[in-house]
Amino acid sequence: MRRALVWLILCLLPVLAFAQAIQPLPFRDRAEEVRFQKLSAELRCPMCQNETLADSNAPIAHDLRRQVFEMIQAGKSDDEIKTYLVDRYSQFVLYKPPVEPSTWLLWFGPAVLLAAGALVVAIQVRRRARQAPVSTPANDTEDDW
Amino acid sequence: MSRLLPLFAFLLLVGLFGFGIWWNTQHDQHEIVSPLIDKPAPAFSLPVLGEPTRTVDKASLLGKPYFLNVFASWCIECVHEHPMLMTDVKQLGLPIVGFNYKDDPQAATAWLAEHGNPFDVIVADRDGRTGIDFGVYAAPETFLVDAKGVIRYKRIGPITPEVLDKEIRPALAALAKEAP
Repeated sequence: MRRALVWLILCLLPVLAFAQAIQPLPFRDRAEEVRFQKLSAELRCPMCQNETLADSNAPIAHDLRRQVFEMIQAGKSDDEIKTYLVDRYSQFVLYKPPVEPSTWLLWFGPAVLLAAGALVVAIQVRRRARQAPVSTPANDTEDDW
Repeated sequence: MSRLLPLFAFLLLVGLFGFGIWWNTQHDQHEIVSPLIDKPAPAFSLPVLGEPTRTVDKASLLGKPYFLNVFASWCIECVHEHPMLMTDVKQLGLPIVGFNYKDDPQAATAWLAEHGNPFDVIVADRDGRTGIDFGVYAAPETFLVDAKGVIRYKRIGPITPEVLDKEIRPALAALAKEAP
C-alpha cells in the first residue's frame, strides 16, 4: 500500500513541475484565459527565438506575457496587441507573418517551386510519351534519367 | 545535355547552401532589426538610479545627440562591453545615458563601483516597461538618439572595437553632416 502511494506521488511530481513553470495570472474567467493562451502561442519570444511567448522562460517573455495580459484586461483586441508588439519588436514576433509584398516569397515560394517541379515532370512525361513509339525500350532506359 | 542536368541541380544546391553559410557568418541570427530606427524615441520618464525622487524624461534630453546604453548588473556581456564604454565610446564626446534594465538599484550601484561609471546620467527601469517601449529584449543594447529625439542607430549586443569603427563612427558622421 505504502509503495503504491510512493509511486503515485512520484508519478504526480512532473505535474507539479509543469504547474510551477506557468506564470500565475489572475484571469477574470476561463474564456479570457483561453484567449490569452491562444494569443501568446501565436507570438514569438524575441530572446529565445524558437519558442512562443507562452512557452518561453526568458525574462523578456515574462514581461511581454504580463503586457499582453494587461492589454487583454484593458479591453484591447488581439490585433491591437499584435500591432503594439510589432511596433516595438518588428514582425519577427508574429509566428504567422501577414501576407504582403515583402512576404510573398515566404507565402507563395513553396507553391511556385511545386508548380515548377510539376511543370518539369509534365514536360518529361510528354516527351517520353512522344518518343516511346519510335525508340526501343532498351535504349531509352539507359540513356535517360 | 540532359545528362548534365543533375550536375547543374547539384551545383545549384551547393551554391544555395554556400550562400546560407556565408549569410550566417555575416549576420547575427539573434539580432532583430529594430522597427524604431529613424522613428522618434518613445516618450519615457524614469527615476535616476540612486536618486528616486529625481526623474529624467525624453524632453529633458533633447537638443543634443546621446547614447542610451542598456545595462544591468546581471548581464554578463555588459562586463565585456564596459571597458569600451569607459574609453572609446566616452571619447566620442557624446553624453552616455545609462539605462539600468530590470536591476536591483543596490546591485547596480555596486556593479558600477566595481567596473567604473561611464554614464552622464543613469535612469532605472526596474520593471522593464520602458524597455518594452524601446524594443529592448536583452542587454547590452545601445541606441544613438539624435538632437531631435529620433533613434538613428541601434546596436544589439556589446559594442566591440569593430562595431565602433564600422557602425557607430559612420552613424555619427552622418549626424554631423546634417548639423548646421
